[in-house]
Amino acid sequence: MTSALPIARMVGSNRVVLGHGIVHVAGDASLPPDEEKALRRKLVQEALDALKAEGEAG
Amino acid sequence: MRIVHYLNQFFGGVGGEEQAGIPLRETGNALGPGRLLEQTLGDGAAVVKTLVCGDNYAVERQEELVTAVLEHVRNARADLFVAGPCFDAGRYGMAAGALCSAVQTQLGIPALTAMHEENPGVDLYREGLYIVDSGRNAAGMKDVVQRMARLARKLVAGETVGAPREEGYLTRGLIRDEFVDRSSAERLVDMVLAKVQGRPFDSEMPVTSFEPVAKPRGVDDLSRATVMLITDGGLVPRGNPDAIEGMAATRWGAYDIADADDLRGEDYEISHGGYDPRFVQADPDRLVPLDALRELEQEGAVGKVHGEFLSTSGLSNPLSNTRRLGREMAEKVKREGVDAVILTST
Repeated sequence: MTSALPIARMVGSNRVVLGHGIVHVAGDASLPPDEEKALRRKLVQEALDALKAEGEAG
Repeated sequence: MRIVHYLNQFFGGVGGEEQAGIPLRETGNALGPGRLLEQTLGDGAAVVKTLVCGDNYAVERQEELVTAVLEHVRNARADLFVAGPCFDAGRYGMAAGALCSAVQTQLGIPALTAMHEENPGVDLYREGLYIVDSGRNAAGMKDVVQRMARLARKLVAGETVGAPREEGYLTRGLIRDEFVDRSSAERLVDMVLAKVQGRPFDSEMPVTSFEPVAKPRGVDDLSRATVMLITDGGLVPRGNPDAIEGMAATRWGAYDIADADDLRGEDYEISHGGYDPRFVQADPDRLVPLDALRELEQEGAVGKVHGEFLSTSGLSNPLSNTRRLGREMAEKVKREGVDAVILTST
């Protein structure tokens, strides 16, 4: 899970979830706490979904 | 200087491919390239033992070979272990790399070999070893042995070894600080001009290549899987107990979260010089999303969150370092039966 997508691709990562910014990969300081938490859950769920599926060759 | 020298069956004078199955044997004096090395090094240098082994035997029974060779090198009270030169002989290169690496790490005795850039032994062992560039075949033997001799003296004396091109060894992918007279801006302009004018120039940052990563299969059943959180964003407990460096980190840590549902800023700090840490400092779940993953665990979407998260800082770090850190983390992941990892990266 990263916001530096080109780097993740370059090094051959098998599964990449786009994070929500370098300074808060799994959060968003501009949101109220409950919405931020919902966003984080969504990102973690995306990561879990990616883990369930076959990855890409890097 | 007491040298133990390793040769394959061909350079050891036993025979060609038909002798590739012979087990390790020893002689008390220098053979073939070892004689040349002895002559080149001159007074005070002696090959006290030559070990010869068939290429097939060496690759098929590498573990036994390594154990036996370590014993010989230890008993010979060697100052230096030399293998090859191997040129483009792949099995020979693999054995030479494994042996040099074992002698260096397990006995603390300097080791040296020589190979062609494309020998498969190079890719596997270049980071840890000085591998003299031997060219493809034995035509350049004399020159190769001369470079090996020069490097051998420095290694045994514990002197600083120069850059790969000055010394004639293959690049190891290491970065070393040095003082230079001209600023990076001046060097950059020189390089651009050379490029435009079609003159040769050397980049100071060689392009890195990444080996292919195999396609992983999916996790069968996440509701029974142990999931671990890892980050390279430098999150560490307050006080940074493992002293993880904020850049070019040489270490990583494992931190207990078994009883936590949520990470609190006051318990942690960030050792990472590459991003504005204030948001993660205020709420570390923004980097290590434990609160969300814990909820999913409680709802049964994942079996178990591993009791520790792993952390290091990923900034300005040579690949030789990061590969090791990755390997060490992967060993822990495997050892502790983790089924899946979510790695967050800044």
